[in-house]
Amino acid sequence: MSVFLSFTVLGIVSGAVYGILATGLVVTYNTTGVFNFAQGAVGAVAAFSYWQLWQDWHWPFLLAIVVVVFIEAPLLAVLVEFVLFRRIHGASVERSLMVSLGLLVILLGLTTIFWGNPDIVRSVPSYFTQADGNVLSVRLFGANGVTLQYQQILIVIVAAIVSVGLGVFLRRMRLGVAMRAVVDDPDLVAMSGAKPYRMSQAGWAVGFMLAALAGVLLAPIVGQTGLTADQLTLLALNGFAAAVVGRLRNVPMTFVGALILGLVTQYAVGYLPTHLGPSLAGLTSVLTEVVPVVFLFVVLLIIPAARLAPAGRLALRPVPKVVTARQSVAGAILLIALFAVLAAMVGDTALATLSQGLAFGIVGLSLVLLVGYAGQVSLCQLTFMGIGAYTMGKTLGGDSWWGLILAVVVSGAVGAVIALPTLRLRGLYLALATFAFGEVMYEAFFNNSTVIPDGTSINVGRVPLPFIHVVGDRAMLVEVAVAAALCALVVGVVRRSSFGRRLVAMSDSPAAYATVGLSSVRTKVIVFSLSAAMAGLGGVFYAGQQGGIGANDVQFIGSLTLLLFVAIWGIRTLTGALLGGLTAAALPVLQTHLPTSLADITGLAAGIGIILLARSPDGILGIQWLTSRIHLPFGDEAAQPRELVLDHEVARAA
Amino acid sequence: MPPETGTPAALEVDGVSVRFGGVAALTEVSLRAEAGTVTGLIGPNGAGKTTLFNVITGLQRPDRGSVSMDGKDVTRKRTYRRARLGLARTFQRLELFSTLNAADNVRVGLEACGRASSSEAVGLLDRVGIAEEASAAVSSLPTGSARLVELARALSTDPKVLLLDEPCSGLDERESEALGGLLTSLAAEGRAVVLVEHDTDLVLQVCDRVHVLDFGQVIASGTPDEIRRDTAVQEAYLGHSAGADAAAGGPSGDA
Repeated sequence: MSVFLSFTVLGIVSGAVYGILATGLVVTYNTTGVFNFAQGAVGAVAAFSYWQLWQDWHWPFLLAIVVVVFIEAPLLAVLVEFVLFRRIHGASVERSLMVSLGLLVILLGLTTIFWGNPDIVRSVPSYFTQADGNVLSVRLFGANGVTLQYQQILIVIVAAIVSVGLGVFLRRMRLGVAMRAVVDDPDLVAMSGAKPYRMSQAGWAVGFMLAALAGVLLAPIVGQTGLTADQLTLLALNGFAAAVVGRLRNVPMTFVGALILGLVTQYAVGYLPTHLGPSLAGLTSVLTEVVPVVFLFVVLLIIPAARLAPAGRLALRPVPKVVTARQSVAGAILLIALFAVLAAMVGDTALATLSQGLAFGIVGLSLVLLVGYAGQVSLCQLTFMGIGAYTMGKTLGGDSWWGLILAVVVSGAVGAVIALPTLRLRGLYLALATFAFGEVMYEAFFNNSTVIPDGTSINVGRVPLPFIHVVGDRAMLVEVAVAAALCALVVGVVRRSSFGRRLVAMSDSPAAYATVGLSSVRTKVIVFSLSAAMAGLGGVFYAGQQGGIGANDVQFIGSLTLLLFVAIWGIRTLTGALLGGLTAAALPVLQTHLPTSLADITGLAAGIGIILLARSPDGILGIQWLTSRIHLPFGDEAAQPRELVLDHEVARAA
Repeated sequence: MPPETGTPAALEVDGVSVRFGGVAALTEVSLRAEAGTVTGLIGPNGAGKTTLFNVITGLQRPDRGSVSMDGKDVTRKRTYRRARLGLARTFQRLELFSTLNAADNVRVGLEACGRASSSEAVGLLDRVGIAEEASAAVSSLPTGSARLVELARALSTDPKVLLLDEPCSGLDERESEALGGLLTSLAAEGRAVVLVEHDTDLVLQVCDRVHVLDFGQVIASGTPDEIRRDTAVQEAYLGHSAGADAAAGGPSGDA
């Protein structure tokens, strides 16, 4: 009984914190139309700032809380709104998602820069700690009962106040009602005299303040042994699941979702391991990570599709030209020639980096198909890459053509299987589902020591070439270049085919797509599968280059940065995919040559890139000034001038 | 042309109701569209015309009522299935494939039903009168032409039932007249054409039957002549004492 009670208390308390976090997400989404993937990262920044002010600079602890929640968070929100989100109001789901994911990378980069030094332990004491170190608590239900810490009670009270207060604010108060109206029709709100961007600012500010509040409340719970950014941003995940339960609209349901999630997670931690035996010592930490993603995945699948809030709106869209067959063949030859020359010239590090970059480029091309053309955002592309690499490694000694073929087939099949249950989801929800899938695969497969022993990798060999006994690093680079060129040709062929027209048509208008008699279900399964297969092929070369594949190669953050860099260069272009891959591979290498003060060059570059992406939808290669002056390998993909296009979903047609 | 009870109509809507929260968008709406005729649907903004189209095409699920085509109940069929049964539409708020040029917009529809020649796409654009825009980016077209691209795309599936949501907005008088002629000839090919339009002159001129929606309810149905004389319609839509003016091109109702 007392075990049950104490896990119930833990579940309610963590649920309350997730609830506060998720409510912030809901408020921002409803005011701005942007799903803030960085919500957890904002909480992390707040928790670290709180530690900084209180523990490191010895400010009074109440002052620290007030400064973090009521000054730092809203200021950060206003800055973020101005720099990143003001220009993309009403943009397509993919694009606003991309910018919000970019914000996540930026904030993670900031925490690494400011609080990344692993030698400092950033521990945060509990609230209501007495001078002698005792944490104040009350005992309920006698000896067989449960101990409630004062801070746990505080958290639940704060959550209740937030829940009720926000409900009143959004329904009764003028600013709140206007905030809800602005996302539905910013122009109408503008006509009624309110400034839409003021409402957006307010939406971001409230969202960030709630994230900060959650971060500050959570800091003493997770931070007794020291705060880490990973552990804090992980919380965002719990927030996502809760927000989806509330259908991104309903504040009370969001709290209900958060409480259920908190309880389920804690009961899983409390009861599962004893049944599974003591050998799984690390299970607790795995469960706290897996349960929320499984929960998120299940919730996404069972919440009725029709009731998901429609998210599309009026959008500015430039129309990219289609690369012709001649141009893509010329581009492919140029690419192979360029890298053959480089292979002969550069040193070992550069060889490895370029090979990896091109392998990432192949994964990038798979994103062009899926995200660039079909408008379906995947946050688990490195998972498919890992599946391909693993299959290659496990087939016939890991260095055969059969392995390559099987890798492509298996990752393609997994892609199709994943696509099936997620088909009726679109935009944001599909992105969340791929995120959940990637996380589950990471925790249950790649990071599972029975599949890949801890800290090691599965050996993967190189695809053999005729006339060459051993494929060395130089031959490898040429091999990858040929593969990347062929993949680029394939993507070009697909785009020019009737299937390619269908992909972009489905992305442009799902409603019109259905009314000409086309089933987006079939199209999505095919494109998902094709894209996963290509990512798996990329994995064969990625792992072949470095000799194996491990859990570290397939993390969410990797999928995310690759996606962002491809988007920053131009996700509807072949050149952008390859440059994005090369960038993702090159920056970590560059990092080792830089002073330690520049702790996170990848985050920094992504940050600058995302600010640019907020202004140029087709990324760097979409900037006309640039593309009219430079001739790209794959020719003519520069965007044409912007035109106003209606890009809304029919669900709003009422 | 009075509805012949007994023989199934190309399109039949029966007792459809839709509520959005507390708002009744459609209440017990019934109408028939016969093959070979043009059926008009008029009513003030917010009367529920587009919602009705969404229900017919399956983009909006009705709370009550049914939709059938040629006597076959399609209420529970998905949008693309209905399209394959011969239902096509255009949209009031444009739903073009904005990444594709005009001809490719039509081509996607042609390819969807197994026809693939790009010359056929240009042929359809020619039929609606914008063949010269075939290779134009649809995002660069004026609204009127963009609507015609939607019409050509809707025709690409060779539909039996064609729903047109304000095809004339953005067209000048001469173009509207040409479109009216086109609609008559489309009906003459045996299609059932349903026309939502604010240009009441055009509706009363080309339609065989007209239904008037107001606040989600059908307040009148009949031939154009009957509609002109209907007092309820005059009050709700055409404006008081506008019965005679309507035919003479008085109020356009485009508010």
